[in-house]
Amino acid sequence: MLEIKCLEVCHGWVQALRGLSFQVVRGEMLAVLGLNGAGKSTLLGALAGLYKIKKGDILLDGESLSGKPPHQIVKLGISLVPERREIFNSLTVIDNLLLGAYHRYRYKKNEVIIDVVKIMDLFPALRGKENHPAGTLSGGLQQMLAIGRGLMARPRLLLLDEPSVGLAPLVTREIMTTLAELKKTGVTIILVEQNTAAALKVADRALVMERGGIVMSGKPRDMMENSRVQQACLGRTRAVQPAAAL
Amino acid sequence: MKKIAFPVALILAFAGLPLLIKSNYLLGILIIIGLYAIIVIGLGILMGYAGQVSFGHAAFFGIGGYTVAVLTTACHWPSIAALIAALILPGLVAAIIGGPTLKLKELYLALATLAFGILVHILFNELKGITGGPSGLTGIPYFTVGGLVFDRDIRFYYLVWSAVLLVSLGVNNLIHSRVGRAMRAVRESEHASESVGIDTAALKLQAFVFSAVLAGLAGGLYAFYVTFISPSPFGFHTSVQFVLMAVVGGLGTFWGPLLGAGLVVALGEALRWATPLVIPGAGGEYQIIFFGAILMLVMIVKPGGLGAVMDLFKKSEEGEAH
Repeated sequence: MLEIKCLEVCHGWVQALRGLSFQVVRGEMLAVLGLNGAGKSTLLGALAGLYKIKKGDILLDGESLSGKPPHQIVKLGISLVPERREIFNSLTVIDNLLLGAYHRYRYKKNEVIIDVVKIMDLFPALRGKENHPAGTLSGGLQQMLAIGRGLMARPRLLLLDEPSVGLAPLVTREIMTTLAELKKTGVTIILVEQNTAAALKVADRALVMERGGIVMSGKPRDMMENSRVQQACLGRTRAVQPAAAL
Repeated sequence: MKKIAFPVALILAFAGLPLLIKSNYLLGILIIIGLYAIIVIGLGILMGYAGQVSFGHAAFFGIGGYTVAVLTTACHWPSIAALIAALILPGLVAAIIGGPTLKLKELYLALATLAFGILVHILFNELKGITGGPSGLTGIPYFTVGGLVFDRDIRFYYLVWSAVLLVSLGVNNLIHSRVGRAMRAVRESEHASESVGIDTAALKLQAFVFSAVLAGLAGGLYAFYVTFISPSPFGFHTSVQFVLMAVVGGLGTFWGPLLGAGLVVALGEALRWATPLVIPGAGGEYQIIFFGAILMLVMIVKPGGLGAVMDLFKKSEEGEAH
């Protein structure tokens, strides 16, 4: 479904991605792990069209995304849930969700309204808060709203940038459970996470990034006990805590 | 019912006001407030919703005015056609300069629009063959539509405030639409807006063009009202005043533009009358000092602007209704 070929992205003089190549198959959840500065968020930003590609290409079902602006990429079916949520604080929960379907709302209003109800079913905790300003929600609810907003675009590929950051373990578990449910509906997901254990529990496959490149990839169970993964993701040699402990 | 009672009462009050006011001077001030309110409504969309700032809107006001002046005097166009042209031309100019200008952020955008405003003001002075130079253009006919000639202040008052009402209703619909929601999103975070698929560059340009069209409308009506036009009302000082009206009125509020335009114009007139009474022989510089002091006070007491106070009333009324 998604093919990334020798991808290079620079932030000014700093090369953030160095010849990255991998594929994602339809319906798969791929976890991207690594320390801060490994290039994980840049990878998602490049996929969403927020960063210019210096070299290489990104193909979505064979169509090149290179040079396409973010709004066209959303129309093509890629939706990004940004790091630290970036919800629209002064807008209501409903407005945030409707903005997620911005490109569809003009022509398919009824369909969008039905999707809002579906998101409320997926995240019942948002019920009763539809007209609350999004900024007044707790961190966990804001994350649910951010994911809901991402889903409102009806994406073929959902990009999640550290959805567990700043959340209590209980809320993280709830979010991860929802992601596992989402995966069952057939949405392809790329999950960038620093919470290695939580990500490995729900992902089908994982890859580890270091200094803009991929240093390892494989099945989550093979990575759990791998000391190289610990080094790359935690900066030290320590076994990953069983995800159930989260 | 309660929700529409206040706006309806306000419309009736404005409709009845000229019957109470016998002074053409006061009526003239209300007309100018109405014209400025149209510009500030547009500027409010640009600044309060799309999060962009412009220090060049007096230029669009002037382009609208000169379009009417030139087309009615030199080309003998009918009023309504000239007024439509006064909407289109500033919109076109905004579309042309908006592309590169709106890529700039904050201070740089403010400086770019400021430079544009100064440049257009210089052109008004220098293109003597078209604009009449510093002496301006005279002999602009009264606005006429379907045999009705707007040759008296009272008629022009109703024309201008009808335009204010229509523009306000249109803008109120806009800000509650999909596009308005997107504009508020862009104001909060351009990055997040792009990630949900909003073409932020196109949206900012649309807001800029829309605000320029409204400034052009006000400029066209202004030319028909004063029947004479010269570069002096379209300088940098006027652009700053528009921004001031928008900020003092309250960005992103419905009542802000009306209150901002009303306060700034009324305050200017009141100080012109009151300052010599307090300080005999005082000139314009004293008026500016008082003007600045009062506006500073407003911003300290109510940083969200006067419109925020009105919105607060509205919210508390809605709360009581629930």
